[in-house]
Amino acid sequence: MATQDKSIIKAEEMVLNMGPQHPSTHGVLRLKIHTDGEIVSKIEPIMGYLHRCFEKHCENLSYEQVVPFTDRCDYLASMHMNHAYSMSVEKMLDIELPERVEYIRVIVAELQRIASHLVACGVFGLDVGAITPFTWALRDRERILDLFEMLCGARLLYNYIWPGGVSHDLPPNFIQYTTEFLDYFEPMLKEFDNVLTGNMIFVERTADVGIITPEVGVNFGVSGPTLRASGISHDLRKDEPYSVYDKFDFDVPIGKGIMGSVGDCWDRYWVRMREIEQSVKILRQAIAQLPEGDVHSARPKKVRPPKGEVYSRYESARGDVGFYIMSDGKNIPYRLKMRSPAFCNLSVFSEISEGWMMSDVITILGSLDIVLGEIDR
Amino acid sequence: MEILDIANNLKNKFSDSIEFSEDSSYIKVEATKWLEISEYIKNDKDFMFDYLMCISSYDCGNKEKYGVAYNFKSTSIGHYLEIRIEVSDNESIPSVTSLWGSADWHEREAYDMMGLKFDNHPNMKRILLADDWEGHPLRKDYDTPEYYRGMPVPKDKTYWE
Repeated sequence: MATQDKSIIKAEEMVLNMGPQHPSTHGVLRLKIHTDGEIVSKIEPIMGYLHRCFEKHCENLSYEQVVPFTDRCDYLASMHMNHAYSMSVEKMLDIELPERVEYIRVIVAELQRIASHLVACGVFGLDVGAITPFTWALRDRERILDLFEMLCGARLLYNYIWPGGVSHDLPPNFIQYTTEFLDYFEPMLKEFDNVLTGNMIFVERTADVGIITPEVGVNFGVSGPTLRASGISHDLRKDEPYSVYDKFDFDVPIGKGIMGSVGDCWDRYWVRMREIEQSVKILRQAIAQLPEGDVHSARPKKVRPPKGEVYSRYESARGDVGFYIMSDGKNIPYRLKMRSPAFCNLSVFSEISEGWMMSDVITILGSLDIVLGEIDR
Repeated sequence: MEILDIANNLKNKFSDSIEFSEDSSYIKVEATKWLEISEYIKNDKDFMFDYLMCISSYDCGNKEKYGVAYNFKSTSIGHYLEIRIEVSDNESIPSVTSLWGSADWHEREAYDMMGLKFDNHPNMKRILLADDWEGHPLRKDYDTPEYYRGMPVPKDKTYWE
């Protein structure tokens, strides 16, 4: 065309493949990046390398046997997956749980949230070149994994929360060790904040990059800290309290655009850091109020939900986990669909990285905090 | 709004393409009217369903009908809605990707796993399985293939024990 703007030199489009074996894709994700010079014009995420037929397996397993499979979905926050699944089965069976079970579940879920966010923030730092915070984050996470090992023998895939209860009661001294951990952790979190959050190199790389506006976030079904960073207060623990979350006093941190604009990569990091603080606050209250009781009393002898379907939602470390379960009255699910938060969060990726540099793609992907086990299922 | 009010409201507007019984938790709509209804529930000020949480495909079990369930939430009003569409194997469902961005990948997944076809989808191809995979695994009558690209697909445990 004659009227074309001559000042913009359009280079030939180049297609770059990133992954599936690449440390910055946080798992086996392949990105097909269309670039114009160094500017990204389009990204096609290609996944499925970790597909394990989770939903097909579930149609051949009894409701109890599905629990260990949910562990493998989000392997950085297995407790949340156990909890989300168990809650949906309990909703179908209409089970009333003992108070102690609910409190134990909240305690382990919040510990898990801290562990998961520590990995997210540490790895995000690593993505943009900060190595020290990563080692600090993993050091502190290790302590939480030690607590979980003490609780159920496993460090990563717990199979701890079962429909109708938990597999074991808290071991002796667990509460004491958790309190000791929190006392140790709070100053460490401040130190972490000091070294990374306001660091100029970090802020330069992350502020104003990859902005998710509230409209785009809602339209693409983004959830969890990623949506809250866009300034929308959307937290199921607060909006529709499940378990015993209505008994605790905590805030929902939302992105304010302190270093750049609302919904940029820095905000997503910052919201996760503030959420760790809130989790510590919930943990302290839960430990103080923990009631006595039997944790096995509500376990159903047979899990045979009545005919029907249920869609239950749960606030995991990555966002809104949904389990859509259809039952035909047998002891195995007729159809089980998992709404994976990271799957929806990743679907916005192409939309927001358009027009950014290649180096920013790593930053944006890191800030979304994806887990491929959950995307591919 | 409760599901009953939503169903009554929709029935007034779209009469026979809405199917709803009082004790069910979802509204069944006809595939041919879905585009019109979806625009209505997204933009009408009484509904404002701007957040499409999940699209779950399912097999009705009779080798004829396959269904899809949409779970909506409204972030401004805070109510929920589940809509179901059931089609036979050769019918297709209008895509709602232009209204909700999250529908894009969920519809691709429904196609990949259940073989549902969506009209006017911008990029209708498999999402989790390989592009040359045959069949749609979540159908109840799916048979596991013997070989995939010359590699035996393990069916019993003796293969790796």
